[in-house]
Amino acid sequence: GEVERVNKLICVRPLKTRFNGEVGDVVVGRITEVQQKRWKVETNSRLDSVLLLSSVNLPGGELRRRSAEDELTMRDYLQEGDLISAEVQSVFSDGALSLHTRSLKYGKLGQGVLVQLSPSLIKRQKTHFHNLPCGTSIILGNNGFVWLYPTPGQQDEEAGGYYTSLEPVSLSDREVISRLRNCLLALAAHKVLLYDTSVLYCYESSLPHQIKDILKPEVMEEIVMVTRQKLVEQEG
Amino acid sequence: MATVQVSEAEKVYILHGVRDDLRVDGRGCEDYRHMEIETDVVSNTDGSAKVSLGHTDVLVGVKAEIGKPRPMVPHEGYLEFFVDCSANATPEFEGRGGDELGVELSNTLYKVFNNRSSIDLKSLCISPGEHCWVLYVDVLLLQCDGNLFDAISVAIKAALFNTKIPKVHLSENEEGGKEIELSDDPYDCMRLNVENVPCIVTLCKVGYRHVVDATLQEKACSVASLIISVTHKGTITCVRKVGGGSLDPESIFEMTEVRQDPPPPYSSSCHLPFRPSQHISTGFPVRRSNCNRFV
Repeated sequence: GEVERVNKLICVRPLKTRFNGEVGDVVVGRITEVQQKRWKVETNSRLDSVLLLSSVNLPGGELRRRSAEDELTMRDYLQEGDLISAEVQSVFSDGALSLHTRSLKYGKLGQGVLVQLSPSLIKRQKTHFHNLPCGTSIILGNNGFVWLYPTPGQQDEEAGGYYTSLEPVSLSDREVISRLRNCLLALAAHKVLLYDTSVLYCYESSLPHQIKDILKPEVMEEIVMVTRQKLVEQEG
Repeated sequence: MATVQVSEAEKVYILHGVRDDLRVDGRGCEDYRHMEIETDVVSNTDGSAKVSLGHTDVLVGVKAEIGKPRPMVPHEGYLEFFVDCSANATPEFEGRGGDELGVELSNTLYKVFNNRSSIDLKSLCISPGEHCWVLYVDVLLLQCDGNLFDAISVAIKAALFNTKIPKVHLSENEEGGKEIELSDDPYDCMRLNVENVPCIVTLCKVGYRHVVDATLQEKACSVASLIISVTHKGTITCVRKVGGGSLDPESIFEMTEVRQDPPPPYSSSCHLPFRPSQHISTGFPVRRSNCNRFV
């Protein structure tokens, strides 16, 4: 793993680990349970994370005290199996994370593709939400869950992120998303750090190949080699 | 089988993708994932094979034992199947969790091989009515990522190809009873003809179309699937429907037309003479290693 030295203290960060969250991390998670006044979210960590009812934006963007009715209609907002993007608000003493979706950029996720990778491959950056120039958007969750989705045309601000469009996604967007998904898997298989630039370079170097060929081992190696070269050139 | 949770929006995305013939990983509806086959992996069996189809890993071992033939068919040997779902595959298989799936898979395999032409059972006979070869085929599921039947059938075909059954000499001993001698020479053995061993193709109904080689997410969106086992000549040996949804009779005919196309390149690739690490680009890339000869 990666070694960090502080004076005489040596820490090793493993390459394949469960997600250890810190305050401020952006995560993509799946709802596993609906409990009283909170949801349990699976975020690839040792314990399920907690999303409290008081930490979500109610649909309609209202700011009001949560009533008993809200408790009973929790399942209307978020059901088991739904995907959300959220930020870590705090860490409980046992290590479980408390999430919040208090900003309009977080909330329930609509149509798209989820890719599950190791958390140590995601680079920490200022922002984890990127609109890639190839026409899709990507959320690089710190917990290793990466969400690819077609860039929304107009932001539906009033709905507060709870309205999911079930319109069919166009074929060109689909091709870009599938290609990006295969590129992410190729980069992860070769342990390349993931951030918007590396994903973009990999996408560009995979364009000469067919989408379904990217997952073949030889093609994967070739693409990752070209990506690594580009990244080294960019740094130097 | 292992299940994953999928949100409603993801299901819609997958359904629309299948409708447009572009699945999540870029494959068409009739494309298989990358497959790797290795034979002769377990040294203390008579034949073995390991197949990786995407993230699904299956290990098959074949042991040949001498036993009594079945009373109704004294001139033939037989095969016994046993499928073990190890807890390595998913936590759901811990303890007795994998037994149900294992029994279902074994029963399907019995049905698939329950015909005259798959394996030449007469060649497994030593002395009619008294001794015959019994082939115990043990399947071990190491990792489960959808499409178990296809991977298992390919692994069994490869393992049976790899099986070396020692040659026997019958002789009379002093009391007049028959004695069986196995030849000591490890190279003096009989191989099985696996040309007619069927391969299984699983077709999952997603929306209004069917997909081949479904991943776990696609399985979560499908209501029913059809398991068809077919030989390289195109003869169907077994058809089974799995799942709670209903299948229109017309869609079943459509599916049987489809499976005519994937299996011929798929099982004929098993008949080409082996060249190390060669990719057979018949729309079904297969890589083999450690094979002696795959004729």
